[in-house]
Order: sequence, then C-alpha cells, then structure tokens
Amino acid sequence: MSYTLGSQVRVRTGDPDHHTRVPRYVRGHTGVIIAALGEWPVPDDSARGIDPPRVETCYAVRFSAADLWGSGDHTVTVDLWESYLDRP
Amino acid sequence: MTGHDDLPAAARARQLEERLIAAGLTSDDEIDEYLTRLQVKASPVNGARMVARAWTDPRYRDLLLSDGDAAAAELGFDGLTYALRVVANTETTHNVIVCTLCSCYPVSLLGPSPGWYKSFAYRSRTVREPRAVLAEFGLTLPDDVEISVWDSTSEARYMVLPARPAGSGGLAADELAALVTRNGLIGTALL
Repeated sequence: MSYTLGSQVRVRTGDPDHHTRVPRYVRGHTGVIIAALGEWPVPDDSARGIDPPRVETCYAVRFSAADLWGSGDHTVTVDLWESYLDRP
Repeated sequence: MTGHDDLPAAARARQLEERLIAAGLTSDDEIDEYLTRLQVKASPVNGARMVARAWTDPRYRDLLLSDGDAAAAELGFDGLTYALRVVANTETTHNVIVCTLCSCYPVSLLGPSPGWYKSFAYRSRTVREPRAVLAEFGLTLPDDVEISVWDSTSEARYMVLPARPAGSGGLAADELAALVTRNGLIGTALL
C-alpha cells in the first residue's frame, strides 16, 4: 500500500483497448484517498486471462462534482486500483 | 455468430451452461445451488435485519461500518462473494449507490436489483446530478445535506445504513426491520 489516507491522487488518462475499471469520467481528475479496500487482482489482467494477474491495493477515491463536471455540490467516490493512479 | 439470436433466452442460457459443464468449469449441482441462493435467500429483508440491529446495538453498528462482511456473517449471511462496504446517512450527509460501469449490487443482501438500477439513465445521471435524480424518486433533500455518491467499480459492494425513523423507539427488532425499504438501502429513499 503506497498511498496514505487523505493523500491526493490523479487518475491516469490512458484509454486501453482492453477491459478496465476506470470510468472515463474520472480520467485525468484529481481525488483524495478515503479508504484502502484490500488487495485484489487487477481486472485488466484477469479479464485478459493473464495468469497470474497483478494483485494491487484498491482504494476508494473521492472526487468533487465541481471538479468532475464544472458544477454540482456533491461528491463521487470511485474504487480504483493502485496502477490506475499517479501522484498529482 | 449466426443462429443464436432467434433462440429463446432460456435455450441460449442452457446451451451456455452445457458448454461450461462440458469444459469442466462448473456442474449442474453448482448452478442449482447458486440459483437457489439467488432466488430463495437473496432478499432486501437480509439488509433490513442488519440495519435494524445497527440501530439498536452500537457495537454492531461499528462493526457494520468497519467490516461489512463480518457484520453480515454475524447475522448468518456468511460467504459473501464481495467485500461489503456500508455507508451511514447522517444529518449532514446522504449516501446513494450506483454502478456506472455495469450494475454491481450486493444481491445477496438486497435481492435482485431493480430494473432502473441497471438503466443507462440512472447509471449516468446519478454521478452527474444526484439531486435531480433523487427528486424524481420523490426525495428532495435540504441544500445543506451533502450528497455522497458511491460508484461500485471494484470487488466492493455498497449498502446504505439509513437513519432510524423518528418515533420508532419502542419497536422490536423485526418491527424495525420492516421499516427498512430496498430503496432506503440504495439511497434513493429515506425511511
């Protein structure tokens, strides 16, 4: 686990041609780690039959609606595996 | 890819089952056991029992919010195929659950998901304009209540712990559980 609670992360912008669990609407956006959920196989690998898949910590990352959409007063929390993230 | 589109769904599903069984990936017994679990045991009554317990037992509430799987197991709902994450509504925060990528949902504790949960409209609009979506469910929240949307993109499945309704002080556990609705557990309704 390399991100601590409260740290800022930026979602990578890549658009892979295989399965991934990064919703497009958070790509390139900066959020805050609010929880480490556990270590799970990276779906990009398991969906392609890569054996063994990478196993990484998955984090709950909170984004503000104003940042995602330019308006709105809510937050959106998305679960993202470590390799989906970079330091901002 | 020809010849399948005009087969009834049940026949297509059976052909898929037979291919998976022939490949040694599953068995008829395993499929039957899974369907029994889904159709007989999966119900929002399960989530409601957990909520009712959390309303009356602070220790259980803490466990529910910190380790959902352990809290589920304590009421007999063990062997979850996901990591349960429970998020509590408060006077200042209202939680609502969505899965924008597909339709992830804690089926064993909430029962099969409603059709609208799987609709493109709900999935795309809930992260963008939750206040408007909730208003269409008849739920208008005060402006000073922050809406927290949870997009279920991982192996975790989310469930809302609704606030206990006013005036429910003298009720027994099963009466409290009867107050909990499926939409309350998703976050598209208050109780």
